[in-house]
Amino acid sequence: MMDRYTKLQMVGIYVCIAVFLTFILLPFFEMFMASLRPLEHLFRSPYQFWSDDFSFDAYKQMWVTVPLLGRYIFNSIYISFMVTGLTMIFVVPAAYAYARLQFPFKNLSLGLFLGVNMFTGAVLLIPLYRVLRTMGLLNTYWAMIVPGVAFLIPTGIWLLRSYLEKIPRELEEAAFVDGASRLYTLRRVVLPLAVPGLIVVGVAVFIGAYAQQFLFAITFNQTRELQPLPAGLYEFIGYQSVTWNEMMAAALVGVLPVMVIFLFLQKYLVAGLTAGAVKE
Amino acid sequence: MADVMHAEESSTAKGVRKALPESVFAWLLVGPAMIFIAVIVAWPLAETIRLSFMEAGLGGETFVGLANYEELVESRKFHQTIVRTFYWMFLSVALKLVLGLIGATLLNAAIPGRALFRVLVMPPWVIPIAIGCIGWLWLYNGYFGVLSGVMMHLGITDAPFEFLAHKQSAFYSAIVTDVWVGVPMVTLFFLAAMQGVSRDLYEAAWVDGAGRWYRFRRITIPQIMPVIVSMSLLSAIFTFNSFEIIWILTEGGPRGATTTLIVDTYKTAIGNYKFGEGSARAVIIVLLLGLFSLAYLFFLNKVNKKYGVK
Repeated sequence: MMDRYTKLQMVGIYVCIAVFLTFILLPFFEMFMASLRPLEHLFRSPYQFWSDDFSFDAYKQMWVTVPLLGRYIFNSIYISFMVTGLTMIFVVPAAYAYARLQFPFKNLSLGLFLGVNMFTGAVLLIPLYRVLRTMGLLNTYWAMIVPGVAFLIPTGIWLLRSYLEKIPRELEEAAFVDGASRLYTLRRVVLPLAVPGLIVVGVAVFIGAYAQQFLFAITFNQTRELQPLPAGLYEFIGYQSVTWNEMMAAALVGVLPVMVIFLFLQKYLVAGLTAGAVKE
Repeated sequence: MADVMHAEESSTAKGVRKALPESVFAWLLVGPAMIFIAVIVAWPLAETIRLSFMEAGLGGETFVGLANYEELVESRKFHQTIVRTFYWMFLSVALKLVLGLIGATLLNAAIPGRALFRVLVMPPWVIPIAIGCIGWLWLYNGYFGVLSGVMMHLGITDAPFEFLAHKQSAFYSAIVTDVWVGVPMVTLFFLAAMQGVSRDLYEAAWVDGAGRWYRFRRITIPQIMPVIVSMSLLSAIFTFNSFEIIWILTEGGPRGATTTLIVDTYKTAIGNYKFGEGSARAVIIVLLLGLFSLAYLFFLNKVNKKYGVK
C-alpha cells in the first residue's frame, strides 16, 4: 500500500532513472559507436549521428595493430587477482583483531591505517620508486602489485571489521569453552561465517585494484609484456595516426571479462553492503 | 566506540586464555599488515618529508632548509592552485553526494526493473578509470564527440566546440568526468544504507499520514546521515587526490586551468625532475588533507551524537 505509486509518479521515476542512466552509460555508448565507424569517417564534419558503413572490422583489426592486446587484458586481470589475494591475506587477520580483540594501541593503530587513505600513489611516487628499485621489483608484475596492496589494505580492514562485528560472538565463545585455540577458532568458526563479508570485501578490493593500475604501471614498469590494459591501450596512439576505432573496440572488449565476473558477484556486493549497514 | 566498550566487557567476562595473551595474539594478526604499510607507505612518506628540505634532482641532493616551502608560500600561482583544488573538491563532492542521493532514492523505489537498473549504474566504478576517461576524451572532442555534434545540430554553436581546449569548459568538463567516476560508489553505499532503514519507521509515519517527501526528509535522511557523512569525507579525500582523470583529459591544462595540487606535484616531481620541490608540495597536500580530515571527524562526532549513533 505504502509503496504504491500513481501512474504519473511511475512515469516520473522512470524518466529520472533514464536520465541518470544516460549520464552513466553515455561514454560507453559513444565508445561503441566510435568502434563501429571506419577511421576515415571519424573526422567527417559536420557530425553525423548515423552513417551507413558501420562495421565490426575494428574488432578484428585491433589484434593485428597491437599484437600484445590479449596479453594486456590478461595482465590487468592477473594483477588485480594477485592484489586481491595478497590484500586479503593481510586484511583478514587484522580485521579480526580489530573486530574482536583488545590490545594496546588498538585505536591509535587503526587510526594510522585509515590515515593511509589520505595518500595516493601519486604523492609518494619518487620514494616509492626508490623502495621498489632497492627491492629489485621494478619492471616486474610485483612493481604494480605491491603498491596496489599497500593502498588497499586500510579500506579492506575497515570494511571487513564492520562485517565481522556483526557476527554473533556466542559461537566463538562456545568453541573457546570447548578448548579450541584462538587460531583454530578464527579459521574454523569465524571465517566460514564471514564468507559473505569476505566476498564483499574481496570484490571491493578487486575493483579498486582493477581501476587504479594505470599510474603504477606507467611509472614502475617499462616491460611491454607486463603492462595492464589501460597502459597498453596507449599503443593505439601511433607515430602517424591514432586508430581510434580500434582503441575503443579494444577498451570495450578488454573490460568485458571483468564485467562478466562482476555481473555474477554484484548481488553479493549489494546484499553484503546492506548487511553491513543494518544497525543492531 | 560503544562497540569497543562492549568487546572489553565480554572478553574480560569470559576469561582470557592463558596460553597466548590476547594482546600478543592481536599484534601477531595486525603485525604483517602494519609492517607492509610501514615499508610501502610510511617509509616513502618519511623520505618525502626529508626530500622536501632538499634541492634534489637526478644529479644529487643538497640541503636547503625551508627554501622549497618559502618559495611556495610566496608563489601566487601556488595559492591559486590551492584555491582551485578546494573549489574542485567541494564542487565535485557536492555533485557526487546530491546525484548519489537522487540515484539511490530512485534505485530504492519499489518498481519493476530495479535490479537491472542497479547493475547498469555500476560500470564507471568497475572499469579502470583510465579507460572511462578515454570515452570522455571522445565525448569532449569537437569534431567527433556527440556533445559538440548535438550542439551544432541544435544551432548552439556553429563550429565544433572543443570542451577541453578552453579554460572554463575544461575545468567543468573534468569535474563532470570526476563525478561520473565517483557517483556509482556513492549511490551504492547510500542505497545499501537506505535498505538498512527499518520499514517500521516508514509504516508508522505512513499510518500517521506523512507524505513521501516528508518521510524522505524526516526518516530516510536522518537514518542514513552517518553514511552520508562518512561517505563525504572518503569522497572528499578521493576527489582531492584525483589524478588520473585530470592527467588523461588535460594534463592540467589549458594554461593550468585544471592543475590541482596533486597534478602540480606530479608535474614538478616526475615531469621536471624537481624532487625536492615536488616533495614539499606532497607534504603540503598531506598537511591540508590531515587538517581537513580532523575538522571533519570533529564534525562527524557531533553528527553522530545528534543522531544517537553508537
